[in-house]
Amino acid sequence: MKVHVYEKFWMGTAVAIIAAFAAAVVLTAYGMGIHPPSHVETIDPATVESDPRFAHRGVGVERGRTVVTMVLRMWSFDPAELSVPAGVPVTFRLTSPDVIHGFEIVGTNVNAMVVPGYVSQVTTTFPRAGDYLIVCHEYCGVGHHLMQAAIKVAGGGS
Amino acid sequence: MSAAPSARWQRLPLAHFGVALAAFGVASLMAVMQALSRADLKLPARTAQIYYLSVTAHGVLMALVFTTFFIMGFGYVVARTALGRPLVGERLAWTSYGAALAGTVAAAWAILTGQASVLYTFYPPLQAHPAFYIGLALVVVGSWGWCAVMIRNYRAWRRENPGLPVPLAMHGMMATVILWCLCTPGVAVEVVGLLIPWSLGWVKTVDPVLARTLFWFFGHPLVYFWLLPAYVAWYTVLPRQAGGKLFSDPLGRMVFVLFILLSTPVGFHHQFVDPGIHAGWKLFHALNTYAILFPSFVTAFTVVASLEVGGRMRGGRGLFGWLTRLPWGEPLFTAVVLSMLTFTLGGFGGAINAGFGMNAMIHNTAWVQGHFHLTVGTAVALTFMGLSYWLLPRLAGKELRFPAFAQVQPWLWFAGMMLFSVANHVTGLLGMPRRVYEASYQGAGAASAWAPWTAVSAAGGVILFVSAMSYVLVVAGTVLWGRPLKDRPEVAWAEPLEPVEPRRTLWDRLGLWTVLAIVLIVIAYGYPIASLLGMHHFGAHGIRP
Repeated sequence: MKVHVYEKFWMGTAVAIIAAFAAAVVLTAYGMGIHPPSHVETIDPATVESDPRFAHRGVGVERGRTVVTMVLRMWSFDPAELSVPAGVPVTFRLTSPDVIHGFEIVGTNVNAMVVPGYVSQVTTTFPRAGDYLIVCHEYCGVGHHLMQAAIKVAGGGS
Repeated sequence: MSAAPSARWQRLPLAHFGVALAAFGVASLMAVMQALSRADLKLPARTAQIYYLSVTAHGVLMALVFTTFFIMGFGYVVARTALGRPLVGERLAWTSYGAALAGTVAAAWAILTGQASVLYTFYPPLQAHPAFYIGLALVVVGSWGWCAVMIRNYRAWRRENPGLPVPLAMHGMMATVILWCLCTPGVAVEVVGLLIPWSLGWVKTVDPVLARTLFWFFGHPLVYFWLLPAYVAWYTVLPRQAGGKLFSDPLGRMVFVLFILLSTPVGFHHQFVDPGIHAGWKLFHALNTYAILFPSFVTAFTVVASLEVGGRMRGGRGLFGWLTRLPWGEPLFTAVVLSMLTFTLGGFGGAINAGFGMNAMIHNTAWVQGHFHLTVGTAVALTFMGLSYWLLPRLAGKELRFPAFAQVQPWLWFAGMMLFSVANHVTGLLGMPRRVYEASYQGAGAASAWAPWTAVSAAGGVILFVSAMSYVLVVAGTVLWGRPLKDRPEVAWAEPLEPVEPRRTLWDRLGLWTVLAIVLIVIAYGYPIASLLGMHHFGAHGIRP
């Protein structure tokens, strides 16, 4: 196969660019621990309401870490108003008793699918105090766009 | 009349294009309604129910029906004209067409009567009427019939031309056929094995992560099923229309083969933020996704180099002077070049989407719809529109009606899509979720920043609608009222700058690459699917939206 010298140069450049992309992903994943939320834990969607893991909803402290426990259902977040501290890691534990929902805190990197049968877990640190909007980003029926919650981040810098 | 206006074989692709056009027309109406709705305009009869119904109809009719029927029709044109021999298997082709059409009608009935507002991704436990799933399964079965016909024609040509490489256009279509055969089992198992029995009430529950995994096993290669026929046009139609030749035939063969190899083991990049799947497997799919950028990088070079060859053969000089000599008044040429330009932007966005960590910034936001309207919504769809203008006179033997509309239409599409897509990328970065009926969130501060951009998006949507209707007018007008051509132009394919060597190389060994692709798929999906099935997991009951 005859390959023109321009093509060789271009293909070499393309390989270098792609290698740089891949290296950036691998280095941030293993060097800085940046992974998408990939928690593996199952739960019976029919018994979410009585499951001890989701009995106490809202903000709590487990082993010195701030943990927020929420249930997402058609078409609300439970609880729909929260207050957490700035500057410390906050772990969200989420599940759904009905259909798939999405969990996005607008203006942050918090983004997770919330799937019936599974517990999603995502951790973030809010750098600034303020009021944040939580929206459902996965279509969950005719009231999807009404599904929202508010989170107040207090203390720390503003 | 001795010269029949439509010889027998041309009826087959024309019938496919007819269904594609009808689906496109209905889906365009849905689209303009959604763009206006998102900008919160007070339209008559605007309700959330109708909005989500229309999002489902738009997705299914555009992404599944318009594309699949167009690709099947184009595939038959390639098999007949690039191979230069009579089609074998015409009866199976017509039967497959009937199955896919019946499936389309069933699914469309379920959607339009409001019994399947589950969007085109149909994630359970949202549950649709069984006719929706059965209809989609029939469309896939029809497409398998198409694959069988394409393979039969490929084999017939190989028997008659032992040792020779198949023409590049057919090579590209065969890559399309093979990757489709590799990925559709995923959705077939999901729909036939899980969703149809569940929607009929035979089984009570479905595991939604398993269903999503099977869907995206199919769902990402689906985008290459759309893209590769467009690449066939870029490599084997465009250079000739530009007045030149294809810069490199062997690299084109390599590109199509790499898509066979890499299209499927990438699906987890749609599930980066899903629970139940370990991060390590997601990373493996992310790296495969980067690898699949390579064939598109090569395509960018080869196709633009071919354009330069064309511009210079037409007498263009200087570093950029050749650009001015290109046939900008030709609808096919303009449509394809604007498609390629748009695809470059879409490719950059795609590299961001594949970014393991960065994906969390944009997953399920308006950014995503901004992205795929550049790729499938323009690179693919606008190429198909350009191909329609090129193919219609050649297949129907009629002069293109309203040619001025055909000339302006690609520019309108490009302009409308730039407004629509840029606005959606911006609102996505600002956190606006996709697929919401309205995005005011009761006046939340973050949501108010989106409003000006949704207006830009709506303006883009209106321009796109004008463009879409121009396309429908030209195509329908040509078929219905086009003047018969005395000398029907031939479907002729671009020649390479250097003649193809009369022997098969590594890149022509499609069977070998198929086996390698299967090995990679087993590595990428074997363990994750086994562990989903193996762990103590629970199903979810269906909920009709």
